[in-house]
Amino acid sequence: MQHTFWRQMRRGIFDENPIFVQFLGMCSALAVTTSVVNALGMGLSVTAVLVCSNLFISLLRSFIPKQVRIASFIIVISGFVTAVDLIVKAFLPAISKSLGLFIPLIVVNCIILARAEAFASKNGPVPSLVDGLACGIGYTLAITALAFVRELFGTGVLFAAADGTGGLRVFGSWYAPVTIFIMPAGAFLTLGVLCALFNTLRGAVAKKEAAAVAEKPAQEETDGSAEPETPETAAEPAPETPSADAASPAAESAGPIGPIEERQG
Amino acid sequence: MSNIFLLMLTAILTENFIFSKFLGICPFLGVSEKPDTALGMGMAVTFVMTISSTVTYGVYHFLLAPFGLEYLQTIAFILIIASLVQFIEMFLRRFVPALYSALGIYLPLITTNCAVLGAALLNISEGYTFLESVLYGFSAALGFTLAIVLFAGVRERLKYADPPKAFVGFPLLLITAGLVAMAFSGFSGFSFS
Repeated sequence: MQHTFWRQMRRGIFDENPIFVQFLGMCSALAVTTSVVNALGMGLSVTAVLVCSNLFISLLRSFIPKQVRIASFIIVISGFVTAVDLIVKAFLPAISKSLGLFIPLIVVNCIILARAEAFASKNGPVPSLVDGLACGIGYTLAITALAFVRELFGTGVLFAAADGTGGLRVFGSWYAPVTIFIMPAGAFLTLGVLCALFNTLRGAVAKKEAAAVAEKPAQEETDGSAEPETPETAAEPAPETPSADAASPAAESAGPIGPIEERQG
Repeated sequence: MSNIFLLMLTAILTENFIFSKFLGICPFLGVSEKPDTALGMGMAVTFVMTISSTVTYGVYHFLLAPFGLEYLQTIAFILIIASLVQFIEMFLRRFVPALYSALGIYLPLITTNCAVLGAALLNISEGYTFLESVLYGFSAALGFTLAIVLFAGVRERLKYADPPKAFVGFPLLLITAGLVAMAFSGFSGFSFS
């Protein structure tokens, strides 16, 4: 039990990170990451919706007819999104204002539909809840990292409040903010570089684990681990991790287009 | 009249859905392999967005607002969009099979295209009139089409590039999109209003 929990958490946060590996939910990731506070607000909102929708869809999975399941999922999800929207509006008006459109747009965030289709509709409530939590945390960490870089270099200030005041001035007054980081183009560029870094990290970890699994490391592996370059397999978003994760259902690799593909059939 | 022209130009260029509002990034990165597929996707999105802007305007102002049900707008709009996409899918399969097979799995994906829902929600929050809503949906979709077709053209060239291994695939696409976005940010120098 304990073991499965950590494996699920690791899969959601690292091996199949929604942003860096599966490339789901890009719109919000690029749009709200001009400040760390916004990113955290968005991340928590998405996590809340993801946990609730995964739990409910898992509970309802035997009652939802297969043919209309996508529509049913969307209705469940949009119910929770409306709830989160109203809660954020009531208690965090500044964040609600700066996130604006992107809170109601959680409805069409592919992460949530993808998890509903690939996981919650096939698994029990407890694993689904953990899966929602893991993916939500993975998403939150990813966009917070992106926001951290963008806010730090784009404004020179960190953790500014949602209305743009306060915050921690990291650099001295000599620092001229590089505004490209908080402009739309900077969002794409920063995320691209972060993705590449994450790929390298995953490659290194996969290599280390492969070496640990093999009792005595093969000669060519020790040769290869000397260079920091990513192995070919890790450069692509490989759905099956090289670790002992073979138990994950095949539908896990569905990705952003998986659910729809099945719907066509 | 000039007002409406400005609204359209702003929606297409200065506030481009992809490069300034970050709406519809998933299909933008997913369906931009070839310019002609990208154009098909753009046309499908234009079609859906124009109709959905029209219908959601009516539903909001004549069904939700009179009964004080504004908080249901997200649920209502996504249902409208989902059924519209279903309808268009059936229509295309029956009458334009070539376009239908070209769009393939990306057609149902329009349901979860945040540009469509985003345009519908923006129309309401900006308080556009009926005509403005329809034109805004239409021209925002044109901007989307412009962006995705241009990007597909750039992306074709990438096939011959030899990037560092860590950048192969998505990271490189994002960097490229960033460069195209930079070009588009030139439009923000124009002040139309």
